[in-house]
Amino acid sequence: MKWGILFFTLSSVLFAADAQFSGKRDLNVSAIVMFLIFVVATLGITYWAARRTKTAKDFYTAGGGITGFQNGLAIAGDYMSAASFLGISGLVYMKGFDGLIYSIGFLVGWPIILFLVAEQLRNLGKYTFSDVASYRLKQTPIRTLAASGSLATVALYLIAQMVGAGQLIQILFGMDYEYAVVMVGILMILYVTFGGMLATTWVQIIKAVLLLSGATFMAIMIMYKVGFSFESLFAKAVELKKTNAIMAPGGLVSDPISAISLGIALMFGTAGLPHILMRFFTVSDAKEARKSVFVATGFIGYFYILTFIIGFGAVVLLTGNPEYLDTVKGGIIGGGNMAAIHTAHAIGGNIFLGFISAVAFATILAVVSGLTLAGASAVSHDLYSNVFARGRADEVTEMKVSKYSTIALGILAIILGIAFEKQNIAFMVGLAFAIAASANFPILFLSMFWGKLTTKGAVWGGGLGLLTAVVLVVLSKAVWVDILGYKTAIYPYGNPAIFSVTIAFVGIWLFSLMDKSEDAKREHAAYEHQFIRSQTGIGAEGASSH
Amino acid sequence: MSENIYDKVKTNPKFAELVQKRSRFAWKLAIVMLVVYYAFILVIAFSPHLFAIKIGEGVTTWGIPIGIGVILIAFVLTGIYTQRANGEFDELTHQIKEEVRGVK
Repeated sequence: MKWGILFFTLSSVLFAADAQFSGKRDLNVSAIVMFLIFVVATLGITYWAARRTKTAKDFYTAGGGITGFQNGLAIAGDYMSAASFLGISGLVYMKGFDGLIYSIGFLVGWPIILFLVAEQLRNLGKYTFSDVASYRLKQTPIRTLAASGSLATVALYLIAQMVGAGQLIQILFGMDYEYAVVMVGILMILYVTFGGMLATTWVQIIKAVLLLSGATFMAIMIMYKVGFSFESLFAKAVELKKTNAIMAPGGLVSDPISAISLGIALMFGTAGLPHILMRFFTVSDAKEARKSVFVATGFIGYFYILTFIIGFGAVVLLTGNPEYLDTVKGGIIGGGNMAAIHTAHAIGGNIFLGFISAVAFATILAVVSGLTLAGASAVSHDLYSNVFARGRADEVTEMKVSKYSTIALGILAIILGIAFEKQNIAFMVGLAFAIAASANFPILFLSMFWGKLTTKGAVWGGGLGLLTAVVLVVLSKAVWVDILGYKTAIYPYGNPAIFSVTIAFVGIWLFSLMDKSEDAKREHAAYEHQFIRSQTGIGAEGASSH
Repeated sequence: MSENIYDKVKTNPKFAELVQKRSRFAWKLAIVMLVVYYAFILVIAFSPHLFAIKIGEGVTTWGIPIGIGVILIAFVLTGIYTQRANGEFDELTHQIKEEVRGVK
């Protein structure tokens, strides 16, 4: 972390001298140097973590010894992906206020997670959220469904990140798309296979600190240029854009059903993302789990306020500046998502541009590592150990399976990343959130709070939710029109969640109540035991000894 | 953990107190968050012009401080819950555990 702060001060010192220098961005030496430093440092951490990762518990949850504050930063890191940094600041740059609507949707899931899910999750789970969902239900069907939900979410998210990574690196470093994707894939395999959750967490923490420092510096410099007055920042932006529209809700969220549906997907989707839920098992107890959400919410909220300032700063600094304009296509070079990157250059010249580019790359690496670890544990802990081997697999074999799964997922991510290069992937993160909200979240939530839930109910209802989410996304504009090329979308709204989440909840409820089997009676009876553990933590997994 | 301990927890009046206090508090805060967020979303969906009203003479609209306000409310609510849960509720949980172990 020290070198991050060093570069941070370095670039602010050099700022004055560098501001007059309008450099070309063909070969970004400073970005490459800073990125290499990051890679060397994180591989060092992986080496350190590898020596401390001996048991399955170490591998999946860093031995349960991460503190609440550290975990909060890591969760914030998982959430502050390159897509949200570049995407939301780009959205604010183009649409102003509408960017804020997205940020808020992404944030408000966190209080809900804290109030209703976090500590129960910590008290009941071991390595994955399927542990909680299948606590008193039948292992085989529930784990299979939960692991499928996890893998679907992870795969979609991973493809979106890989394609984004390839495109970003191409622009930032002038490197070929394929090389970029392969490099990201190999580094992520190294972090996860050797360093497990411990390395993944620390890579995430370092990146979170770098990203927050970089974004803070940008926001301060922008505010400095406008005399630390929001009114003059907005006034300048309105003057340059020649419209007041950026100060109010625009066309991004048009009809009420799409608006509410997006709200549901963002809010409950967050509570169903496997790589986020997994982080709650890395802390020692419920107290630390709560602290981590508090810290994470603070950092994520702060980060979104920064991206809002950066987006408006981009309007002020980039509009009409010929250096950043794409004379052929119009707009800024590389499209709206590059707004933050160009703004970094406008603020701190090549050195700071290099820093922000390296941070963006580091962000992608850290996020894909977390995703891969969550996917690998769904395969090894849920599918292999508990479904295929019916709980009889020993720890050594399970660890081996998880490492092979990591490598397999990494290779798959590289192949899919290359295959999807030219595809429109905008729908993928939305679909990942929709599946998380419609399959993972309802099962998890009801398994913790509703004693009458049965295996049959969870499988049918969760399955229907999953199916509805996928079908509606395929029938919506993002796939039906933009990819399949049909004239009009069959499903007219932007997001399936309002229907798919409802169907999942109603389905689970209905099929559980209809279930009169002996198994169902046993499952009702086991709820009390589970409830006591979820509320008090008696019998919960503790931190490991070291 | 033996079945016995769970039975003792179940009959301990402090357990009922913990569950009732905590779930009431958690749901209350969750509802505050949901109401605030959906009020925000519904204004955008049905009458976006409300957020376009200017605060003063300048260009800043009410939408901006309200949007930032929702972010701050989310953070403050997590703070309020964490504060009470890590203090009062954990203390109660601790007492339950002590009592259950004490009367073995």
